Amino acid sequence: MNAELLIAFLASTAGAATPLILASLGELVTERSGVLNLGLEGMMLVGAVSGFAVTLGTGSMTLGLLAAMGAGLLMALIFGVLVLSLQTNQVATGLALTLFGIGLSAFIGHGLAGQTVAPLPHLHFPLLSDLPFVGPLLFRFDALVYASLLLVAGISWMLARSRLGLVIRAVGESPHSAHAIGFHVTGLRYGTVLFGGAMAGLGGAYMSLALTPMWVEGMTAGRGWIALAQVVFATWKPRGVLLGAYLFGGVTVLQFHGQGFGLAIPSEFLSMLPYLATIVVLVLICRNPQTILLNKPMSLGQNFKAD
Amino acid sequence: MSRLEPRPEPSRRMMLASPLIAALAMLLTGSVLFFFLGQEPLHAFYVYFIKPASSWYGVGELLLKATPLILCGIGLAIGFRANVANIGADGQLTMGAIAAGSVALYFDDVQAGWLLPLMLVAGALGGMAWAAIPALLRTRFNTSEILVSLMLVYIAYLYLSYLVHGPLRDPAGFNFPQSKMFNDAAMLPLLMEGLRTNAAFLIALLAVAGAWFFCSRTFAGYRMQVSGVAPAAALYAGFSEPRNVWAAFMISGALSGIAGVGEVAGPLGQLQPSVSPGYGFAAIIVAYVGRLHPLGVLLAALLMSLLYIGGEAAQIELQLPSAITGLFQGLLLFYLLAADLFIHYRFKPRHRAAPAALGENA
Amino acid sequence: MNHTVVAAPPPRLQLLGICKAYPSVVANAGVDLTVQPGEIHAVLGENGAGKSTLMKIIYGVTRPDDGQIAWEGRQVEIHSPHDARKLGIGMVFQHFALFETLTVAENIALALDHKVTPAQLAPRIRAVSEQYGLPLDPQRLVHSMSVGERQRVEIVRCLLQSPRLLIMDEPTSVLTPDAVQKLFESLRRLAAEGVSILYISHKLDEIQALCDQATVLRAGRVAGRADPRQAGARALAEMMIGRELPACRHLPRAPGEVRLAVEHLSLPSDDPFGTTLKDISLELRSGEIVGIAGISGNGQQELLKALSGERPLDGPGQGGIRLSGSDAGALNAAQRRKLGLGFVPEERLGRGAAPGLSLADNALLTGYLPAGAGMVRRGLIQRGAVREFARAVIERFGVKCGGAQAAAGSLSGGNLQKFIVGREIALGPQVMIFAQPTWGVDIGAAMQIRQAIIDMRDQGVAVLVLSEELDELFMLSDRIAVLADGRLSRAVPAASTSIDQIGAWMSGDFGDGGAAAAVSPSNSEGAAHVPA
Repeated sequence: MNAELLIAFLASTAGAATPLILASLGELVTERSGVLNLGLEGMMLVGAVSGFAVTLGTGSMTLGLLAAMGAGLLMALIFGVLVLSLQTNQVATGLALTLFGIGLSAFIGHGLAGQTVAPLPHLHFPLLSDLPFVGPLLFRFDALVYASLLLVAGISWMLARSRLGLVIRAVGESPHSAHAIGFHVTGLRYGTVLFGGAMAGLGGAYMSLALTPMWVEGMTAGRGWIALAQVVFATWKPRGVLLGAYLFGGVTVLQFHGQGFGLAIPSEFLSMLPYLATIVVLVLICRNPQTILLNKPMSLGQNFKAD
Repeated sequence: MSRLEPRPEPSRRMMLASPLIAALAMLLTGSVLFFFLGQEPLHAFYVYFIKPASSWYGVGELLLKATPLILCGIGLAIGFRANVANIGADGQLTMGAIAAGSVALYFDDVQAGWLLPLMLVAGALGGMAWAAIPALLRTRFNTSEILVSLMLVYIAYLYLSYLVHGPLRDPAGFNFPQSKMFNDAAMLPLLMEGLRTNAAFLIALLAVAGAWFFCSRTFAGYRMQVSGVAPAAALYAGFSEPRNVWAAFMISGALSGIAGVGEVAGPLGQLQPSVSPGYGFAAIIVAYVGRLHPLGVLLAALLMSLLYIGGEAAQIELQLPSAITGLFQGLLLFYLLAADLFIHYRFKPRHRAAPAALGENA
Repeated sequence: MNHTVVAAPPPRLQLLGICKAYPSVVANAGVDLTVQPGEIHAVLGENGAGKSTLMKIIYGVTRPDDGQIAWEGRQVEIHSPHDARKLGIGMVFQHFALFETLTVAENIALALDHKVTPAQLAPRIRAVSEQYGLPLDPQRLVHSMSVGERQRVEIVRCLLQSPRLLIMDEPTSVLTPDAVQKLFESLRRLAAEGVSILYISHKLDEIQALCDQATVLRAGRVAGRADPRQAGARALAEMMIGRELPACRHLPRAPGEVRLAVEHLSLPSDDPFGTTLKDISLELRSGEIVGIAGISGNGQQELLKALSGERPLDGPGQGGIRLSGSDAGALNAAQRRKLGLGFVPEERLGRGAAPGLSLADNALLTGYLPAGAGMVRRGLIQRGAVREFARAVIERFGVKCGGAQAAAGSLSGGNLQKFIVGREIALGPQVMIFAQPTWGVDIGAAMQIRQAIIDMRDQGVAVLVLSEELDELFMLSDRIAVLADGRLSRAVPAASTSIDQIGAWMSGDFGDGGAAAAVSPSNSEGAAHVPA
């Protein structure tokens, strides 16, 4: 095992981790306000296909990424209207959003199979990228990888220190109390839900525009669900999302680098690893009910209606 | 929405009407969609929704595709009633198919009457074993069964892929990833000449009847219902939540496993890289649209089945992408959820009273 | 010599013809109310009279269907709590609008309309809370505070906005008698400074001690107005209820054998914000009623779950529970019912009855156990027997409902409570536990339930009543004990003790040599929860 292989492995981990970070952060903010959106997989797929289609059509990566965020936002809007205004069950509606998103993305992407675009370019920092070993390892990623890291820091600060974060946390604990004080609970929840949708769309687009720059039906292969599990694993804290995503990223790319590392396991079993790891990690966190009780937003999953 | 107010009692009329409203809304949206796709709406509507079921063969296809939807849907409905969300039914279906297929391939040269029942039992056990994992993790480790059962779906898919590419691959199959075809004794008997519907459909009907009896008559069914509606009340009454969770998963796993047997010992006749176009997920929609009631599940499964075969017909005749089926299915569930609003809420009656004059004395 | 006629200042608040209707009940029907500056004005009425709804309208949480509001002589529309606060109205809620996982300063910062950071707010919180005799530490997390301390946060939150009208909704239900006096002092100080106070309560003696004026509500309408210091308690009570207050027949009785024995029960709470039970011992005999007093947050939930079997004992050192001689500590709720235990919990919908299910189905919830009741045979539900049982309960207790098939959620609080109590009594238990039996129940149903409790005891059942209402406990109990901070005092005969002594015990000082703990419930072991 040589240094080049190790660098390649560590670098591709970042690529695999980034869509998870983006989608998880969005869902984390949504859940901190008390709303559970199980539709991540559907929103990511719609974001992936929209971003790819727009980039293919216009040639502009920026437009593609914006389109992906818009598509995710629109999907989240459907969820928001149903759950926040029409008081539908959050679990059922989230599942419906996923199934709808899978169908819609396949439908939109019907004619796109086999086509490719130029992937999101890797950045080059003047001195840093050329440093030996550290350069290729840390300073040659594309913009979204760095953006995801900044978002972790930003959202962490927002929740802990800003007034908006305080209000989100309050609504997540007790929407009725927040309403009694005079906050517009439904409006705030619309905001967090739409934010979650935009981030999920962006995460999906990262897969179709940076990781494997093409569209394949169902290409997220459960990443949306893993992102949901990550929010729990991180006990609803952004730093935990960062750690979890890179762990999963590493496990995910193992299937491609496994042979290089001398592992003689059939590729299907290597592919199972991310899913197995998700289960194991969930069990470890949920095993102690106190951990969840202390950190889970108290009103998570419960609808709120002002009377 | 400030014009809505909660009803004192949920409306029974709306409980029956909302699936119908949802179906109608979906059909209407479908027609509009056909129009935007450059199709003549009425013709496309006919090709998609009417023609596929209008021949005997079509009816056979309808019942054939409905079978796994009914089996998985019944299991899911029983689970949902008990607040157990077995989203991984497709994984249990796959494992049931693998179990039954392995038995069939092991007894490859046997032509005996006990082979098929053994396969059914194996399939049920396979599904139950796979469902035992989320049941255990929820009852012992408080882990969400939604996420666990979902992860297990992907693992099951990969395991099947491994088997048909490797250990179970047909040596005489030109390296295609598929197993040997099962011999006749390992195939489910067909119900009628010329139709592909097989005995699994009868098993599905039995499941409907059994579920109806279980839910409405037995105390065990009552316990599961209370557990789902009010967990604190179930605890107060002394009902054991772990027991209810296990029961829901075992029933659901067994039925999904049998659905898997129905596929590989039926229209597929062998193990292939994929044995289900997502029946376990479509069954979620079937369960909700069927109002979690066995009879409703049966009707909803027939509707969903129509969407599947309509999609295939539309692909051939109208060159519409088959993905349109998934779109319709998702829309159906959305409309149902929206229509359900009126079970619990109604529009506030508007009335205006004459404004009172401001008082003269303090 | 010129005499300039100075007009009297306009009333601080005037409500005219306020109407508000919900789908199943008319909460307010043409209510008029006038509050003068510096006046402490009581709004009196029993549960369900419409007091809370009226306050929500004044504070802008709900809009009235009809009627007008005038503030200092000008007509106003209050669209939101923000509007109310801008006018100068502050509200201390009955069920606190506080966030447990946040600090005092963060909670108060949230409610202030001008954006202040919690850090900037801390010194002002300290100053104001000291000034009015309600000291607070701004950095404390709310979940670590006692109920009385949390109320201080609510009050200080209002005071920081210099209100001209302060609404207090049932403030003393969560206070020890000592703390009640301190609160009254603070309120009198405010009134002297010109702040008007709207004091919502159903406790006549407190209103007579504190308030200048009283408006009595009954069934959504104004039933009368009075000066509580002049009018007698009977007159006020009759305005509240509309008829003579029925008395309970309570004759002394000699208790029999021990039916429930709790020995050194020590149990940590499942809830990270809950209270640990410490060395609780109690004996309950047939034919007696033992009342346990105490404000919620001192271990009631934990004790009830341990007694009912919803939280069975599962380890060494937790003590023992015996039902009629048999060891019951490890048994679940169903098994304890088989031993003759009955239980009416505090939460009606969701625990005592399943919402969405019919009354008949809810009868089955606990009715399946006595084999003689015949509701379940060989695993199958006997619907006829179930319906009959439900009908019998409905008739015997006069439950107003749409029949045995009516959904549990469609009944009023009082009627649902009557059904649940009736169901448990009809199952013929040997030991019966009641938690807050008349909370949120109208006075007619409340008296019926209390009489039923006494009747049970007269028939030889061993009865345990947990209640926050000291009046009710003194009305019902043969012996009284106090639960404070997870510890239980000894049980003394009700006739030989007084509200003052019970009040002292509620502060945690049992005066029997045992270590006295502070009233604040203990945190879970380990680090305090830090947000984000």
